[in-house]
Amino acid sequence: MADKFINDSMLEVYVFETLQNIEQLENAVLESEKTGRYSAAAINEVFRIMHTIKGSSAMMMLDNLAELAHKMEDLFYYIRETQPKQVDYAALSDLVLSGIDFIQAELKKIQNKEPANGDVSDLLAAITAFLEHLKAANGDFKQEQNTLPAQPAAGGGQAAQPAGKLAAYEAVLYYEEGCEMENIRAYGVIHNLQEMVEDLYYRPADILENDETAAYIREHGFTVGVLTARPAEEMRRFFEDVLFLEKLEFRELDAATFTARKSGAATGRAQVKAATAEFGENEEKSGAQKAAAVATAGQGMISVNVAKLDKLMDLVGEMVIAEAMVVQNPDLAGLELENFRQAARQLHKITSEIQDLVMSVRMVPLANTFLKMQRIVRDMSKKLQKEVKLQLIDEDTEVDKNIIEHISDPLMHLIRNAVDHGLETAEERLAAGKDKTGTVVLEARNVGNHVLIMVRDDGRGLDKEKILRRAEKNNILTKPAEEMTEKEIFQLIFLPGFSTSEQITEYSGRGVGMDVVAKNLEKVGGSVSVDSVSGQGTTLTLKLPLTMAIIEGMNLTVGRARYTIPISAIKESVRLENHKLIKDTDGNEMLLVRGECYPIIRLHEFFKIPTEVTNLEDGIFILVDYEDKPFCLFVDDLLGQQEVVVKALPRYIQNKRIRGIGGCTLLGDGSISLILDVSGFVA
Amino acid sequence: MVEYVGFQGYEEEEDTLRGKYLTFLIGSDSYGIELRYVTEIIGIQPVTEVPELPDYIRGVINQRGRIIPIMDVRLRFRKPFREYDDRTCVIIVEMSGITMGLVVDSVADVLSIPDENIVEPPEIQKNYNRYVLGIASAGDDVKLILDCNKILTDDEVEQLSQL
Repeated sequence: MADKFINDSMLEVYVFETLQNIEQLENAVLESEKTGRYSAAAINEVFRIMHTIKGSSAMMMLDNLAELAHKMEDLFYYIRETQPKQVDYAALSDLVLSGIDFIQAELKKIQNKEPANGDVSDLLAAITAFLEHLKAANGDFKQEQNTLPAQPAAGGGQAAQPAGKLAAYEAVLYYEEGCEMENIRAYGVIHNLQEMVEDLYYRPADILENDETAAYIREHGFTVGVLTARPAEEMRRFFEDVLFLEKLEFRELDAATFTARKSGAATGRAQVKAATAEFGENEEKSGAQKAAAVATAGQGMISVNVAKLDKLMDLVGEMVIAEAMVVQNPDLAGLELENFRQAARQLHKITSEIQDLVMSVRMVPLANTFLKMQRIVRDMSKKLQKEVKLQLIDEDTEVDKNIIEHISDPLMHLIRNAVDHGLETAEERLAAGKDKTGTVVLEARNVGNHVLIMVRDDGRGLDKEKILRRAEKNNILTKPAEEMTEKEIFQLIFLPGFSTSEQITEYSGRGVGMDVVAKNLEKVGGSVSVDSVSGQGTTLTLKLPLTMAIIEGMNLTVGRARYTIPISAIKESVRLENHKLIKDTDGNEMLLVRGECYPIIRLHEFFKIPTEVTNLEDGIFILVDYEDKPFCLFVDDLLGQQEVVVKALPRYIQNKRIRGIGGCTLLGDGSISLILDVSGFVA
Repeated sequence: MVEYVGFQGYEEEEDTLRGKYLTFLIGSDSYGIELRYVTEIIGIQPVTEVPELPDYIRGVINQRGRIIPIMDVRLRFRKPFREYDDRTCVIIVEMSGITMGLVVDSVADVLSIPDENIVEPPEIQKNYNRYVLGIASAGDDVKLILDCNKILTDDEVEQLSQL
């Protein structure tokens, strides 16, 4: 029923927005947890986000999500209104985070086109219980008000000072269109006014209790009357500084009118004061400013479907090829075309600029991926009872969108490893003379055509002996232990079936280990390496290409077919001339280059391509260094180096999973070249 | 047709494709495929061979930046290979997410064949008429209506039958 009139694009937008919202929410919660308490701004933020999710989920007829958000909203409404003294913030964070997890799981279901029907009742019960508990410990909203007069007036003496002459003013605030939640913003104004005025009234009165007032304020403005000792100019400035203010009407009133209007407005000052008493002014301000910053940043951005960008990139790729076809058209050969060449140069300049721009559009900062790690570190440090600090460095480094999608999981794995295996327990750390709190640093760096991501911990470091023992036990040693360098030993952890933790914990050691990380990274053309100093920590370095979409490739021929091999895979290319050919007893050919032996894979045999170059002396060898398993490819000839746009193979062919072919690309003349996947030759 | 607007018009378009078949020739045999799967008909283009594929997949072509695999229908039906010439056509079909170019000797016509003129193929033995969805009589001609889906995806059966 629901899916009848909710179309996919609406749902897509909903999922996208909600994901963004809960990401913000998660950050707010984690941020608050660091400081140990929820600032008023954070509480407002949670409240606001839950409110938004509630509304949009209800619209999408996702009742369970709407219900959950509603309950959360209730909880934070209570906290915001009563400012309870005794709040178990840790439990509160857990509650919100489990809510976030639930929403995330449901959104995933929606993305996979499954019904989002997760059972929310446990969570609801937990929230209700928590709220009841809070109420029991802190008293209900109304009781809270009664206790308030006992508190000193916030903000110091001004309010109490019987300052000279009192004057009355009335201001009508109109908010900018689309700033949303006018009632909440109006409430912020009232709150800030508290310390400046002797008395005040405002219309509509029930801005907090009644969300409908937002619509009223949108229409008619928000009217505030104040009685104050401060000069008119200062009051006017105050109102003018209100965020998102579109228009202000400000006028002086005489005392009688003020009193009359005040009694007209349903709410008096006491209640407002009660509700706002504990809000720190600064917190409120910084929260509002942050919201404003987000809003202005948002106006300069649009979100675009990645499929459109892919399409755009395809088109630009085609345009580059079309340009080459025009400029290098055989019909033009031998003609003197000065004007044409000049125009062609101009065209080339523009196309390459467009190409660069399209590439840059696809670049996304790593920040979001990095921030996600904060959650993992938090959860783990709680569960494992380790104090861990996650430090992010240069998280605004940009990487191609496709790559980001592929590194999230490996990164999560590395972070888990660092916290679980890398860092010692607090006692061990103290005994070793280190700070009790362990540090995990997540750093990104741009190096030429690559991005390096480093996961560094200051833990115990890798234990060489243990690695060797484990490797021996699992029979994955490639050569005698005595001959291995430190680096080689460390690299062992990336082999399949390796896990150094003695204890299997919830977070790591489930059999999938670093080999999966290495595999995942290879998929996007990246690699991982490790360095460690015993007792001082471990650094894992991920090396990623800036973009997967364009690679530097070497074009080669075998028979009539043309192939492209990524330059990054090539060590060097040699002719047979000075090198030695060896044959083993099974007739397998090997090439000896500077004392190293490379098995020969004849590409024409591997792919069964008819060619005239079958004599090893006539062709050329490409030495490929793949994961310490070097080999060489025998091909007919090299055509030259070129930047190529990587295209996926058509679905039908992808489904056949051809070993050794990773994709295809279009060459300058419009013909297709297949891109070799070197990992396919050794597997 | 002018009175059809919006959604209605869309449905109408779907309807106009139903019951229409693109007919093509292989040798002297006439075949038909449902028109709604056909996106384009182009002449034969330079083909890039892809290794390790069945012989009936000739390779891939570049159709305005799209890389499309092409299948020689002759070879698919285990008929002898015939050199491509001016009349050779590639019918680009798209179904269940897979795009494929079908190489045929020549394209004949688009025909409307009412359902009642199509009969199911006789089931004499297993693997017989695997790709034939129905036999249609149009005028004094007989066309074999092909099952696109099977042509595109029916590899496993093929492999089994070759054992």
